[in-house]
Amino acid sequence: MTVGPWPLSESGTGVLDKAATGIEGFDDITYGGLPRGRATIVTGAAGSGKSMFGVEFLAQGAREYDEPGVLLSFEETTAELLANAASIGVDLEGMSREGIVTVDSAAGDTDDLVQSGEFDLDGLMLRLAAAIEAVGARRVVLDTVETLFATLPDEVTVRREFGRLLRWLKDRDVTVVVTAERGEGRLTRHGIEEYVSDCVVILDHRVDDEVATRRMRVAKYRGSPHGTNEFPFLITGRGLVVMPLHHEEQDEVSDERISLGIPDLDSMLGGGVFRGSTTMISGSAGTGKTSIAAAAATAACERGEKALFLSLEEPAGQIVRNMRSIGLDLQRWIDEGLLLVRHMRPSITGLEAHLASLHLLLDEHPAEVVVVDAVASLTRGVASYSSASAVARDIAMLRVRGATTIMTALVGADDDPHTDVSASSLVDAWLLVRNVENDGERNRLLMAIKNRGSAHSNQVREFLLTDDGPQLVDVFVGPDGVLTGSARRQQEERDERTRLSRRREDERRRQSLDRRREEVERQIASLRRQLDDELAQATDMADSVADEAADRDAERHDSAARRLTGGSP
Amino acid sequence: MSPTTPLEDLDAASFHLRLYVAGQTPRSALAQANLYALCEARLAGRHSIEVVDLMDEPSRARTDGVIAVPTLVRVSPEPTRKIVGDLSDTARLLAGLELPAAQTGPA
Repeated sequence: MTVGPWPLSESGTGVLDKAATGIEGFDDITYGGLPRGRATIVTGAAGSGKSMFGVEFLAQGAREYDEPGVLLSFEETTAELLANAASIGVDLEGMSREGIVTVDSAAGDTDDLVQSGEFDLDGLMLRLAAAIEAVGARRVVLDTVETLFATLPDEVTVRREFGRLLRWLKDRDVTVVVTAERGEGRLTRHGIEEYVSDCVVILDHRVDDEVATRRMRVAKYRGSPHGTNEFPFLITGRGLVVMPLHHEEQDEVSDERISLGIPDLDSMLGGGVFRGSTTMISGSAGTGKTSIAAAAATAACERGEKALFLSLEEPAGQIVRNMRSIGLDLQRWIDEGLLLVRHMRPSITGLEAHLASLHLLLDEHPAEVVVVDAVASLTRGVASYSSASAVARDIAMLRVRGATTIMTALVGADDDPHTDVSASSLVDAWLLVRNVENDGERNRLLMAIKNRGSAHSNQVREFLLTDDGPQLVDVFVGPDGVLTGSARRQQEERDERTRLSRRREDERRRQSLDRRREEVERQIASLRRQLDDELAQATDMADSVADEAADRDAERHDSAARRLTGGSP
Repeated sequence: MSPTTPLEDLDAASFHLRLYVAGQTPRSALAQANLYALCEARLAGRHSIEVVDLMDEPSRARTDGVIAVPTLVRVSPEPTRKIVGDLSDTARLLAGLELPAAQTGPA
């Protein structure tokens, strides 16, 4: 059978009319949901969650989109169906009573059949028609059609009849989800994708290094763009959640800066980190990442905000005890109900469950500041790609929720920041703490590698864990490089000594100058006295010369007078 | 397969048979003809046949668990046996009803 391309939607816009599934995240990756009035195959191995997908699609349609539905299961009894639905928070029984959902189980109806001659599936169609009519159904879920092929004799007939059934449903303009078992080397075990070519969703429950993760991929979506990646998804007590939820990301960003609880660190970052941003603190073991993160959580509680400390490594009690030793009283905030410290082991629960727990945890404790310590723990037991994408999904989810996130990441002993999980491009601020070993001691250095949207200090600081919490100290940057710890203190002492001796030298020089000046002044004074004496002598001399001249004049005058009066006196 | 019914019971047992069809199609007519013929030949005087047309009673497809049509159900003697198809394969029909293979084949 060949199926031509489906006509465009009635509106003629060329955009397929879609039926929203209401499954968190799924409508984002399919740009609106499943093709309306057509059939979609959801295929996967047993336990991959395909029935849950169908149940959620149906329940969401009936509850949220005013589209009643029919669930016909070939595999499970009605009681099983209701119980399974209840496990993801769907009350099929109630919906059934309300008359917005029909639940029908055909489990066992095709068991132990003997075939004698030709048959068709008109019984099934009449059965569906009655159910559709009863609730005015717009959605139909057939779960799992494989059972029909497996139990009915004569596969050729079943195949032909199945194709007819789908055409018949399409004529009724209902949106159909057909679940199917994944086949070897093909999408479904019985090749039913041949009849359903509009949309194929593949579910996978894969085990990577002993950790199971559910993934979903839209393998085909005729006439519509769709995300082609594998998206992890969760089955939670509130239904399915497909990660990431990046399409929901808010455009509004905050200009408000919040403190990380270490004043010097805040100023290093230009006044703190932006509310709703993501900060990564990476460093090797024992560099104090957890302490910085705990200080940030404490700071949030001091502002009266809720904080969540998600510890992936240490038990909650241990975190509280260790932080008390550096002056951070977490217990007080736990008692006040502002802080929630939760220990989670992703290697046991799986990444999917880890995300689900985080999701649910934030619902019950809507924290404004979330600490995840340490994301490298996610890599333990899982492929690094999974971990990086898990971190990315964590970040995306927390961002959507508007939480300010502080993540710590353990980097390798070689301290190369690039061995870090590749999530660093997703974070807004990135602090690196590293150990510097020198002169038989280890000291911590902290630097801001990046800080989106703000000026930040390019200075390396020394990071101290004191009894009063983490503190930053200016490091000594000198000709021999950066000095920390006792080397810094020694250098500071050396500096002090140098300053002192220089001051003494100055003092000495000033004193000798003073002496010289006094001496010079004394010399000047004596010279001046000498000069004055000489000047005085010169004046005296001039006076006596004048006197002599006057005497000579007087004598001359006298002798002349004597000559005039008689010749001789 | 369901446990086989002891043969001695079947020799004298009265058969209650129910045939589900969907409308008066050639296939349902053929099934009815084949069924009546077999009962005449093998179960004369000890059978009752009930024909359920799902077109008239669509809700019975769900309550009675019918998917394929025609479906013949041996309601009694218990246990219930089901045969699908137009009943044109007599050997399979007899096997399905747990009747011994034909001594005197149906018409």
